[in-house]
Amino acid sequence: MAKYLSPRDIDWTVLLIVLLICGVGVLQIYSATRDTDYTSAWWKQIVYVAGGLFLMWLMMAIDYHSMLHYVPALYIGSVAALVITYFIGEKAYGSKRWIPVGFGVHLQVSEFVKLVIILLVARYLTELRTDELEIREMLKLAGLVLVPTALVMKQPDLGTSLTYLAILIVCAFLAGLRWKYVAAIAVVTVVVLPIGWQFLNEYQKGRIVSFMDPESDPQGKGYQLIQSQIAVGSGGMFGKGVTKGTQTQLRFLPTAHKDFIFSAFAEEHGFVGVSILLSLFFVLVMRIVQNAHTAPDRVGMYLCMGVAALLLFHILVNVGMVAGLMPVTGIPLPFMSFGGSSIWTFFLALGLVNNVRLRRFVN
Amino acid sequence: MTLPSADPNLEPRLSDKPPLRDDTRFAAGKIAVFQYATVIIFLFLMSGFWRLQVQNPEFYGERAQQNSIKSVPIPGPRGRILDRDGRVIVDNHSSFSLLLARESAKEEHLRPIAQGLDLDYNDLAARVRRVRSQPKYVTVTIKDELSPADLAFVAAHLDFFPELVLIQTPRRLYPKNGMMAHVIGYTGEISEDELDLPDFAKYNQGDVVGKFGIEKQYNDTLMGVDGQRQVVVDNRGTVRQTLAIKKAVEGKDLQLTIDLDVQTVAELAMQGKNGSVVALDPRSGEVLAMVSRPTFDPNKFAVRIKSKDWKEILDNPEHPMLNRAIQAELAPGSTFKPIVALAGLSTGTVDDKWTTHCSGGVALYGRYQHCWVSPKGHGTLSMHNGIVHSCDVFFYTLGSKLGIDNLSFYGDLVGFGQTTGIDLPHERSGLMPSEKWKLRYYRTKWYAGETPSVAIGQGALTVTPLQLARAIGGIAVGGKWYQPHMVKKPLDQVKMAEWALNPEHVKTVVDGMYGVVNEGGGTGVRAALPHIEVCGKTGTSQLASNDYVKPAGGGEDMRDNAWFVGFAPRDNPEIVVVTLFEHGGHGQFAAAIVRDVLKAHFDKKDRVTQLQQNQTRTVAALGLGLAGTAGVAPPQ
Repeated sequence: MAKYLSPRDIDWTVLLIVLLICGVGVLQIYSATRDTDYTSAWWKQIVYVAGGLFLMWLMMAIDYHSMLHYVPALYIGSVAALVITYFIGEKAYGSKRWIPVGFGVHLQVSEFVKLVIILLVARYLTELRTDELEIREMLKLAGLVLVPTALVMKQPDLGTSLTYLAILIVCAFLAGLRWKYVAAIAVVTVVVLPIGWQFLNEYQKGRIVSFMDPESDPQGKGYQLIQSQIAVGSGGMFGKGVTKGTQTQLRFLPTAHKDFIFSAFAEEHGFVGVSILLSLFFVLVMRIVQNAHTAPDRVGMYLCMGVAALLLFHILVNVGMVAGLMPVTGIPLPFMSFGGSSIWTFFLALGLVNNVRLRRFVN
Repeated sequence: MTLPSADPNLEPRLSDKPPLRDDTRFAAGKIAVFQYATVIIFLFLMSGFWRLQVQNPEFYGERAQQNSIKSVPIPGPRGRILDRDGRVIVDNHSSFSLLLARESAKEEHLRPIAQGLDLDYNDLAARVRRVRSQPKYVTVTIKDELSPADLAFVAAHLDFFPELVLIQTPRRLYPKNGMMAHVIGYTGEISEDELDLPDFAKYNQGDVVGKFGIEKQYNDTLMGVDGQRQVVVDNRGTVRQTLAIKKAVEGKDLQLTIDLDVQTVAELAMQGKNGSVVALDPRSGEVLAMVSRPTFDPNKFAVRIKSKDWKEILDNPEHPMLNRAIQAELAPGSTFKPIVALAGLSTGTVDDKWTTHCSGGVALYGRYQHCWVSPKGHGTLSMHNGIVHSCDVFFYTLGSKLGIDNLSFYGDLVGFGQTTGIDLPHERSGLMPSEKWKLRYYRTKWYAGETPSVAIGQGALTVTPLQLARAIGGIAVGGKWYQPHMVKKPLDQVKMAEWALNPEHVKTVVDGMYGVVNEGGGTGVRAALPHIEVCGKTGTSQLASNDYVKPAGGGEDMRDNAWFVGFAPRDNPEIVVVTLFEHGGHGQFAAAIVRDVLKAHFDKKDRVTQLQQNQTRTVAALGLGLAGTAGVAPPQ
């Protein structure tokens, strides 16, 4: 790092919170995988976190302005990578998301593309140099973002594709999208929705239907939702205790080390545990927003807010799903869900925020 | 991409202008909106958890206990194996095993369970202790082959001992004493190696597949598909509701061409002997009987063979697992002579009036070849007598006149040196030596001096009992060789090889073989049956030359193999039987076995005809009676 950047300026509070969350995640993964075929998951997660820290450090070292210079190349590279995934990707859990890169490592391309989207949106909006976002510009940007979104939707991976839209919408809002355009978009969406419904494939439709009424198909699509609610509810105020969550241990709760890790946590630590953990996430998001306030330029502001939007969306959808408030969409919980690509993406995002923060006094 | 350029913030190097700090203020208000939205979202999430965890936790706690879905397999039974008349050879029977589900197992239950099932408590406790370190879902089997009393105990005590789980496993029931063991084979759980093979891609771990014999060859037909029942059970294991059923698919029964009556007689005749019996119908290639001794007990393999038993089988120097009918490649000895005779006539090398003089031996290619049948000599022989007396000199001479090329052509023609393609696994092809073969494998020419030993069925020539049966059967019916098969199928679907043979030549050879059994001095008179024209040929093949055997003491193990091939009746033969009697000494000892098998076949034929005639008579009688006025009694 250049000598005018001081380590004091790294957001240590955020890092501490994140490491706490990771720690809880590792413990939960250990508990959820004890009697299963995945018993090596918890220390793998530790390795991923360590890798993530390294990546974060790397991300902070390069000035974010230089990164923005490469946005076009990154964008084209991402689209290409997604197209390649479509053809040679490995199927797991019914969708093609991973590319093998040798040594038994698999990367989920769509995770890393989230960062590219943040960079893309930030750069595009900054270059407009206006205080209001015209509809034409918005549509152009939306067009750019929709290409990777559509590719990811086709994998199929609806949840991840929606995160790209979340970043777009929040940043567009910040850029000054006029209310009348928001209204127009809302009207168009309502009209398009029934048509769009036809394009969703069977299981995605089923997910929404079973979200509305999980009991209508308890063994099929409603199963995960019901099981999650049972696990969470039976945790009560104080939880059943670490490794004593029956629904998790007896494996009624599916993917308890990945998408439903919060359910497993809620079962074992109760409402008290849930409150504490949610508070940690809350503080995390708010501090990142704080960095957006103190960012030296618009680009930095958009970058931080993009990351904040990403995190908030993930938390809302994942924790909401666990509590039965959202349909099942299969996106991971940041820093807790098991998975190298997800962990690394979020640490890189964190690195991006620190990148901006470190340079806030630089001329 | 059409992005506007020249934003100072995008220079690769850091700008030295003052930072545009105020620039971010334009969004300050909107950032605040975002912050409020965040607070609302988190409150929203917390409310969800409040509802679930604080408002009514008992509701969910209860559901957690009640709710548990299990998949219960419905076994799809394997098809049975039947004989040609529809009699059951191999069947299934249900066997119940008892497992302990360790999640609900309690230490204090072990003693009453041991008592109720008549098990040794210490044994049981040790077994449970042994699996303690394994993950909870690994179950421990307490008892196999539950009796009805055991089943009653379990059913009556399910409430008290919820950890008891009954599994029904179908088991194969094979004939006793290793009867037809090599033909039927056995089944077993699919192994790790087999799961990797592409042929086995559609099977799962735990599936029971055929491993040997017909069970393996026709596994796809025999194997059923397990079904499944999805049920909801509460945490005590009581079924509350059936959610879905996937029906099991039964395997199909398989009808073999084997005739149990003939097979049984063949098995009995081979008791205490090593070797093989094969009986075919030369008009279709159907295998009526196949025996191989020594044999093994496939019931031991029924679920999983004990390692002690398996070791015993593997270490047995007589190789009981070998199906000698299709895998024993041995020199046929004099049973090859009819083929040499046919070759001689068909090629025009000799005619049926040609004779040779046997004085106990003949000098050929610088060596004196002995007539092993009659060291004193047979005198002058025609072809007919050459076959009847099985004179070696006759065939040495004929063989050397024919030359190896002709011999191997006809050997090839009747099927030697190639597998027959029978529907059993691991068939061997034997060897028909030829000039080409010698050049390829030994890189030297064929020396004419090697031909005489081939002509008497020795040398490098080896055949399996099945090949011999097919070869002779095909000649006996005039030049049509049907592919031997174990499972009934329509004649037009059976592969067949044909060769135009002169009926006169065939008659000469067949007459010679008739003489072997029915004329004075014939080497196979022990195969004769009254009222049936049996034809045949003996064969005695050396394991080692006599010069070696005598000084070694000439024990039983060194004795020659005894072959006999027989068919009947002479005109329009319907059955051909080959017996290989290992270390039998002389072909005549094998002849008696063939006679017994032939007799069984024809006796049965008589019985069946008798039965049918009686039925026709009865029906006719009743018919006549009823054709008159009603109320009139039928004639007695």
